[in-house]
Amino acid sequence: MPDPAKKTIELRILRYQPGVDAAPSFGTFEVAGAENMSVLEALQTIKDTLDGSLSFRWSCRMAVCGSCGMMINGEPKLACSTFLRDLPPGPVTVEPLNNFPIERDLVISVGGFVKKIESIYPYIMPKEPKTVEQGPYRQTPAQLAAYESFSDCINCMLCYAACPQFGENPDFIGPGAMALLQRYNGDSRDAGRQKRLDTIHGENGVWSCTAVGICSEVCPKSVDPANAVNQNKTNSAFDFFLRFLRKE
Amino acid sequence: METFETDILIVGAGGAGLRAAIAAAEADPAARIALVSKVLPMRSHTVAAEGGSAGVIQSHDSLDAHFNDTVHGGDWLCDQDVVEFFVSRCTPELIQLEHWGCPWSRKPDGQINVRAFGGMKIERTWFAADRSGFHILHTLFQTSTKYPQIRRFDEAFCLDLIVDGGRAQGATVMSPATGAFSAIFARAVILATGGAGRVFRQNTNGGIVTGDGMAMAYRHGVPLRDMEFVQYHPTCMPGSGVLFSEACRGEGGYLVNKDGYRYLQDYGLGPATTEPRNKAMELGPRDRLSQAFWQEDRKGRTVTTPQGESAVYLDLRHLGLAKLKERLPLIRGLAMEFMGLDPAEALIPVRPAVHYTMGGIVTDIHTATPLAGLFAAGECSSVGIHGANRLGSNSLGELTVFGRVAGEQAVKFAKDAPAVDAGRLVDQAKASAAKALALRDQKGGGERHSVLRKEMAATMEKGCGIYRLGTEMQETCDKLAELKQRLGQVTLDDRSDIWNTDWIAALELDYQLDVAEAMAQSALARKESRGAHQRLDGFEKRDDENFLAHSLAHYRAGAAPDITYGPVTITKSKPGARAYGALGEQLEQAKKDGTHA
Repeated sequence: MPDPAKKTIELRILRYQPGVDAAPSFGTFEVAGAENMSVLEALQTIKDTLDGSLSFRWSCRMAVCGSCGMMINGEPKLACSTFLRDLPPGPVTVEPLNNFPIERDLVISVGGFVKKIESIYPYIMPKEPKTVEQGPYRQTPAQLAAYESFSDCINCMLCYAACPQFGENPDFIGPGAMALLQRYNGDSRDAGRQKRLDTIHGENGVWSCTAVGICSEVCPKSVDPANAVNQNKTNSAFDFFLRFLRKE
Repeated sequence: METFETDILIVGAGGAGLRAAIAAAEADPAARIALVSKVLPMRSHTVAAEGGSAGVIQSHDSLDAHFNDTVHGGDWLCDQDVVEFFVSRCTPELIQLEHWGCPWSRKPDGQINVRAFGGMKIERTWFAADRSGFHILHTLFQTSTKYPQIRRFDEAFCLDLIVDGGRAQGATVMSPATGAFSAIFARAVILATGGAGRVFRQNTNGGIVTGDGMAMAYRHGVPLRDMEFVQYHPTCMPGSGVLFSEACRGEGGYLVNKDGYRYLQDYGLGPATTEPRNKAMELGPRDRLSQAFWQEDRKGRTVTTPQGESAVYLDLRHLGLAKLKERLPLIRGLAMEFMGLDPAEALIPVRPAVHYTMGGIVTDIHTATPLAGLFAAGECSSVGIHGANRLGSNSLGELTVFGRVAGEQAVKFAKDAPAVDAGRLVDQAKASAAKALALRDQKGGGERHSVLRKEMAATMEKGCGIYRLGTEMQETCDKLAELKQRLGQVTLDDRSDIWNTDWIAALELDYQLDVAEAMAQSALARKESRGAHQRLDGFEKRDDENFLAHSLAHYRAGAAPDITYGPVTITKSKPGARAYGALGEQLEQAKKDGTHA
């Protein structure tokens, strides 16, 4: 039986320390016994045993906290659920998520993304306000299914790293925030749709999307943000049309 | 140093911290609230909770039944007045989450659905598929953005509390992005920093679960209570410890040994019925199931996984693909992505791993700690509901019930608290910053702190695992004392300011070692077996005469903690035999007959 402990895998990792490095450059590390490791475990091994200065975000290790998005062999992936055994033989390239400013090594700026989420009113504006004493709202499985997949977004930002439009225009609201918007607009308990639609008519809104659809391909949670964007385009167009009628 | 003034400072923005922030904002719309989190709030470890949250909603269920299951499950170490309050507030809090949009799973008619859970006699666990914690956390985070008075400090690492005149008055924080320090002064402080499971080797916890708040309060003289009670969750991924929810068994999954035999029937949990029976077999409590695994392993009836770990199997095949997709999609995804097997067709190798810290910062029923102005809620706290063994689906309820209480109580306290004397307090913040910098910049002897962390995790597993021996616990205590010494001699690879995660990990280890020591010393001192604390060295029985008491670990600088004991509040459930399966049913029947006689 082959001894997995003898297997060594090479990782090429983009390193950048502001104020020290003029520009990002690759550092190379050999990790022993890596065959059954995730990319995250390989990075942790490097940090613990070879170079403690390597910086990256991580936490849950089970693809639900959304911290460890990075480019792995050029594709946006969660490091914790990407296994070295599933990658082609040869060196593995690890870089920070595309389209975001690098703060250090694999750590990118997340503040802009958080602001986008906050900007779309991500909370229920109740159709019929109810007190707790009046009990839960009814919501049938079909009503739940109308928005459920959009509520599964873990905010990992892989879709932003894949989105060519966001790459061109960092102010573009982007697929993740659009999915969240659709999550609330599609909720039978909610009446905030009009207010939210107002946020997506503008030049950085839904019409900036050029329908490449790669956001849905890279989503690790099958949220299908491209579908959310499409529904929002329909709603936005319909809304625009209604406004026109109202003016008449 | 930059300084901020606020009325209420909340450290930690997981379920409890966010719920506290919203409660404070609603209790006093004029209150200024600062919410500090070392990660973005939606990364907090609440995100990883899977199975659901308990709240009585079925007509044949009752608050008394939830109370009895909780106290029984906790091996009578629960404070019964607090449990009574808790169970009465669970359902209203779950309804509140529903109003805020939490996508609870539904029955065909649109009513809330509930599932069975370990140690619960009647189905009362509300769930959002198997991503309940994820949805609760995102719902709370997103809802919190409604309140402009909640000022978030995302990705701010808390170094220490600021305590003056016997009152908590703020905290010193460091921004990982810049390395800059700041002081946040407050009239009341809430700790909601989560558990400490990462002090063990194999655990279900995220990397951030390092007991920061527990250590902070402890160092300021607040006792850590019941720290010896650490929960092993019975069904985790061998090697990484990643969790396979108890919902797997709630939905009808089996646990089998290497021969395909449902071994739990050999450990007082039977009989083995095809359909799940509440409080029996796979729906027994976590401590008993983890202990049964240990016994089964000793008998050589486990398998060895490629990671070199012993394991039994979780069998979900009979649930069928459709049910797995609807009820356990996350579990199925984890098995497929991480282990390359589809639970609809294959057995999942599982074993116990550390999951939850039953003990924590001691508080009263109002979440107030003995330090004026300091409140604590969630896993970092010990409010008294879990006793010696927490029941699954009681921790998410705890976050919302007591997070809310903490927010409201902090508002009340802040109204009467005198204004802070910022000039004097800033010196404390500067001292905390200097101490943190000293650890980063010390020359040391060349040893990496990651070596210490691994030794800590290994010694905790050996001495404070599922079964414990006095000699091994003593070795663990000695080892931890040694590691604390060695931490003063580590050398960091990184002395830079920007995103120095080498430094943050060292600061976290400093917290972890104090918390681990409180656990090990409390375990050594408890000479009985109760709930998750099981000894094999002459103290195999529960000893109500001497140990129906909460342990209290008191910090001593440079020495092992003092362990003292405090009373347990017993109101209506006198300590009795704790049995599950057929024996449990017999005892319950006898009790009923007794009452009717």
